[in-house]
Amino acid sequence: MFKTFDGHICTLSQIEPGSLDNKIIKKRYLSETNVEMIINAPLIANSAKPGQFIVICNNEKGERIPLTISETDKEAGTIGIIFQMVGRSTIELGAMKEGDVIMSLAGPLGMPSEIENFGNCVVIGGGVGTAIAYPVARALKNAGNNVKVIIGARTESLFILVDEMKAFADEVILTTDDGSCGIHGVVTDPLKELLEKGNVDRVVCIGPLPMMKAVSEFTKPYGVKTIASLDPIMIDGTGMCGGCRVTVDGKTKFACVDGPEFDAHLVDWDGLKTRKSFYREYEAKQKEMAIKEAK
Amino acid sequence: MAVKDQVSMPQQDPKVRIKNFDEVALGYTEEMALEEASRCMNCKAMPCVKSCPVSVNIPKFISLIKEKAYIDALNVIKENNALPAVCGRVCPQEKQCQSTCLFSKMGKPIAIGRLERFVADYEINQGIKSQVDKPKDSSLSKYKVAVVGSGPSGITVAATLATMGYSVTIFEALHKTGGVLRYGIPEFRLPRNILDRELEYVKSLGVKIFTDIIVGRTFQVKDLFEEGFSAVYVASGAGTPKMLGIPGENLSGVFSGNEWLTRVNLMRAYKDEYATPLPVSKKTVVVGAGNTAMDCTRTALRSGAEEVTIVYRRGRAEMPARAEEIENAEEEGVKFNFLVNPAEFLGDEKGVLRAVKCEKMELGEPDASGRRRPVGTGEYFEIEADCAIVALGQNPNPLIRTTTEGLKTESWGGIIIDEETGMTSIPGIFAGGDAVTGEATVISAMGAGKLAAKGIDKYIREK
Repeated sequence: MFKTFDGHICTLSQIEPGSLDNKIIKKRYLSETNVEMIINAPLIANSAKPGQFIVICNNEKGERIPLTISETDKEAGTIGIIFQMVGRSTIELGAMKEGDVIMSLAGPLGMPSEIENFGNCVVIGGGVGTAIAYPVARALKNAGNNVKVIIGARTESLFILVDEMKAFADEVILTTDDGSCGIHGVVTDPLKELLEKGNVDRVVCIGPLPMMKAVSEFTKPYGVKTIASLDPIMIDGTGMCGGCRVTVDGKTKFACVDGPEFDAHLVDWDGLKTRKSFYREYEAKQKEMAIKEAK
Repeated sequence: MAVKDQVSMPQQDPKVRIKNFDEVALGYTEEMALEEASRCMNCKAMPCVKSCPVSVNIPKFISLIKEKAYIDALNVIKENNALPAVCGRVCPQEKQCQSTCLFSKMGKPIAIGRLERFVADYEINQGIKSQVDKPKDSSLSKYKVAVVGSGPSGITVAATLATMGYSVTIFEALHKTGGVLRYGIPEFRLPRNILDRELEYVKSLGVKIFTDIIVGRTFQVKDLFEEGFSAVYVASGAGTPKMLGIPGENLSGVFSGNEWLTRVNLMRAYKDEYATPLPVSKKTVVVGAGNTAMDCTRTALRSGAEEVTIVYRRGRAEMPARAEEIENAEEEGVKFNFLVNPAEFLGDEKGVLRAVKCEKMELGEPDASGRRRPVGTGEYFEIEADCAIVALGQNPNPLIRTTTEGLKTESWGGIIIDEETGMTSIPGIFAGGDAVTGEATVISAMGAGKLAAKGIDKYIREK
């Protein structure tokens, strides 16, 4: 049962084509390149859990891109996404306005985050990955954990969701590469302190690949279970194409159905990095095209 | 009496066609169709009907072609088969209807598929809309049936039930309809306008189709029952690709057959203006020798690969692909390397594929499939390659089975069904196609849909 955008309560057998449009309800810039969108998606809002993602294809010639769900509102029938405009598809998506309809949006995909009372959790968000860390951190808090949040950014203006995290987290620690805000350094600096104190039961880290790899290497000697949310190249996102293969513990896993979260200590980070960078030249060309078109 | 030869079908010249995605086989002209139809003896035993998975009345439609009643002929097909233009193109007729034709022993079976295609295309070319004249049972429209997946099996169930009078809704996970017909089969074998037209026909029967809905994720099968559906047909198709499990499999440049085909067919990555990337390969190696493997070789050629080689661990005679597809690939310059098994994918310093290390094989005793088992010789060599496509088939899609409590499946993931009705271990839930059998053919998925439609009708009437 769900509410359509015009306020009708509807059952699955009553849906008419057109009653489920992916209309952008709200759009705001969290920083110069990070955009938040609240989108009408009542069915997904009903079933999405923290850690899951959607796949968007925003025009006839577009590609299918996975984006993590940053929030859900069952009552309003909406979901939120936060993304960085880094390539053709995210630039095109970012150019869409409130009231526009996204051509295709499907989800929720992937396995939900493992949420239990683990004890003391440290949730680390890097860059736009903070948007993915946010619902996971909040769910961990709601499950009774002590949740410390570390957010890293290049510089102060790139921080997102700091106030939102502060609203529930037991502690929020900020780090910047340039020292413009919080600790002058990287996320592993405050993490080290917390690990040294010895009362960390679980680490969840979501951010750029080099950051997640660094965190993983950092926590390994301490024997603290560390979860990373991976974002390999993906196409269908439903477990059909196998494009999102990652090697975990020497075995091939499919991030879209087995993940996207995996035990960071078992992930073949270098293999993932090469797979992710395979299309770099093509992506750069596509981005240029998108920037030109946007102008 | 000398039996006349099969009328051959014109094709695009191989040199030309490897540079485009236009249809390879061009179809019969009216004269050709009449000549081919005239060869049919209209024999009473009708062995062809028995070996058609959806029991099309083949002699009847061919007789109507002889009378130039092409639309009537098409309607005869549509009584049993909602997708004649598709089946006329992609069915393995040589293994089904044509295999039992009286003239098959002489190697000259009636070209049933080509004739089926001719009448389907005739309708399209003449701009006529055929109509199946079966009265609908209006008392059935209050019963709603949900179909998971808009591939060949889902479409068949939907069209069959809609024709009976049921209200049918299809939920498709991808952003486009057609399932494997769209993401798997390349347009040079099945042009997109043909597929779109077949899907429009299904919609014209009153079937509602929703894309972007992933049953098992967006909502569960049980929600469908709670919210007004009387029965559910699961035709969720293929799942994760079968890989080789050898070192280097996750190097950049190594693809599964379905990833490769999805990029090319669904996302149109071979065209510059489409956002999905596709590497431009110099030397492509395709592992496997089924129809998917043939499609991979031929899309690779058309996407600019300079050299495409198939490696297959068995011999030429054991290749599972349709003879016609193998022939097409050979004509287009695909090289075949038999009795060769990949042992490792070798990468360069950047983690990008540079070669496939292979072991030479020889054929030993027959295995469970009745084919001689390939045995390693211990002799290895390397094939230079910057792109490798592993086309060994798919596991059944896991989404429904992992989210539907009580649904019985085989150890390898196939949903277990009653072979008479298509019903699963849960009353009201039916299944068919690749979700049940693992990767098979379009027509067998349609056959399963045909059978399940009867099963669903019986289930609802008896409830």
